[in-house]
Amino acid sequence: MLIRRPADILPSEITDPALYAGRRRFIQAAAAGTIAGALGLPALAAPAAARGEKLPGVRPSQWTLDEKPTPYETIVSYGNFYEFGPDKDSPGKNAYRLRPRPWSVLVEGEVKKPQRFDIEDILKWAPLEERTYRMRCVEGWSMVVPWVGFPFSELMKRVEVTGNAKYVEFWSLADPEQMPYVRLPLLDWPYMEGLRLDEAMHPLTIFAVGLYGEVLPKPNGAPLRLVVPWKYGFKGAKSIVRIRFVREMPRTTWMKAGPDEYGFYSNVNPDVPHRRWSQSHERRLGEFLKRKTLPFNGYAEQVAQLYAGMDLRKFF
Amino acid sequence: MLPRTLNDRQLTAVKTVLFLAALLPALQLAWAIAFDGLGPNPVETLQRKTGTWTFNFLLLTLTVTPLRSISGMHWLIRLRRMLGLYAFFYGTLHFLTFIGFDHAFDINDIAKDVVKRPFATVGFVAWTLMLPLALTSTNAAIRRLGGKRWQTLHRSVYAVGILAAFHYFWLVKATALLWPILYATLLALLLGWRAQDRIRRYGPWPALPKVQTIRFFRK
Repeated sequence: MLIRRPADILPSEITDPALYAGRRRFIQAAAAGTIAGALGLPALAAPAAARGEKLPGVRPSQWTLDEKPTPYETIVSYGNFYEFGPDKDSPGKNAYRLRPRPWSVLVEGEVKKPQRFDIEDILKWAPLEERTYRMRCVEGWSMVVPWVGFPFSELMKRVEVTGNAKYVEFWSLADPEQMPYVRLPLLDWPYMEGLRLDEAMHPLTIFAVGLYGEVLPKPNGAPLRLVVPWKYGFKGAKSIVRIRFVREMPRTTWMKAGPDEYGFYSNVNPDVPHRRWSQSHERRLGEFLKRKTLPFNGYAEQVAQLYAGMDLRKFF
Repeated sequence: MLPRTLNDRQLTAVKTVLFLAALLPALQLAWAIAFDGLGPNPVETLQRKTGTWTFNFLLLTLTVTPLRSISGMHWLIRLRRMLGLYAFFYGTLHFLTFIGFDHAFDINDIAKDVVKRPFATVGFVAWTLMLPLALTSTNAAIRRLGGKRWQTLHRSVYAVGILAAFHYFWLVKATALLWPILYATLLALLLGWRAQDRIRRYGPWPALPKVQTIRFFRK
């Protein structure tokens, strides 16, 4: 008679060591943050982010802005990335769970050759450029970010987009293992943003893969995100895993969450208030008083012609 | 268990402790300002913290009456003025951060925002309603107004609470409603207690006749 030995622990029951370590780090950081917060000690409150690997061969770009960039620490510790939590400091605290390698991006829709690109190959598509851009959040704060990336149009060269494509969608990763907050119905996951094709093809629109000359930090949307400097920050989808060329204007995540507050275009416009606050001014992080917000976030000269003849109050 | 009565010395001690404790959040903010501990968006942090503490003290003030009634610790009422004044203190700091940091004390700019933005309007009205309450908080003012009129005036603190709850709701995104809901629930409980207390005492139905309780043992 065959007597079966009881099974040992199932592999599925064994905690992944990375997760285990992650949990410990999470608890330590949370505890440190709470204690430091309660005592008002600044140094302990935010665990210092480890600096990333230097990206080789980064060149300056003609599109770069001559403004003093916001400090690295601020850029990685303040922002919105709801997959890691709803607070401004959530991404800085929780994004260490993200695994940006291996990573691939699926490109599909109105293209002749839908395909999956590996991030290592994407990095070799074009020379990487440093582009210091203004970043204006719809919430009324702003910063100046030295992105490293390449124009969106580099993607267009590699997939045969059909004449039917009018818009392009950018889908973010929504993996509950890495992104704890996608378990909550904060937004309609996965996160999706979109652009009209001519907006996407504008030379200012870039895929960012780095920050301050280093590999893009996790809280800022590693390994690949979109940056559209004349639009509110949320238009720049983070941690992109899927890009779809489509015929119809997509109904993006934020349009679903608040149709009267977040339009498809979401161009930075001091004359179109958010439903609950004015957009005429912004607070540049690090400054105490608000400054005036510029039309198209200061990029009007380059992009205003994209919207010639459109009523930007209606198409906000 | 806390005593039902306190002598003057004990009351002074309790008041001193409360005064210092209530000052702690302000001291913490002062510390953070001095040592750069307000994070990447210091103004936002200041506005949030002062706003939250205003609401905290408002709720604490509104807790005094029910707690006193339920526990029978009547000395609690002697702490209410201080709690209310602290709510006004933090509310004023909150208001100052708004007019100072958001509008650089530009009256036109402030007026525009207050008129146009519902949450600013409501917050401004709430602070304005607290002003007469703070001004009539002295014993002399109570005497001059007479207890009944003073009490009627000070019931506007309920309105301040409701406005504060709306202010909070309109301020946050639909994705961050947890705290406003929590605060509004606490407020509803505190105001609800008052409503049921009033109905119980003066309700449309006749009060139940008092029944002599049976005593089994002589004390």
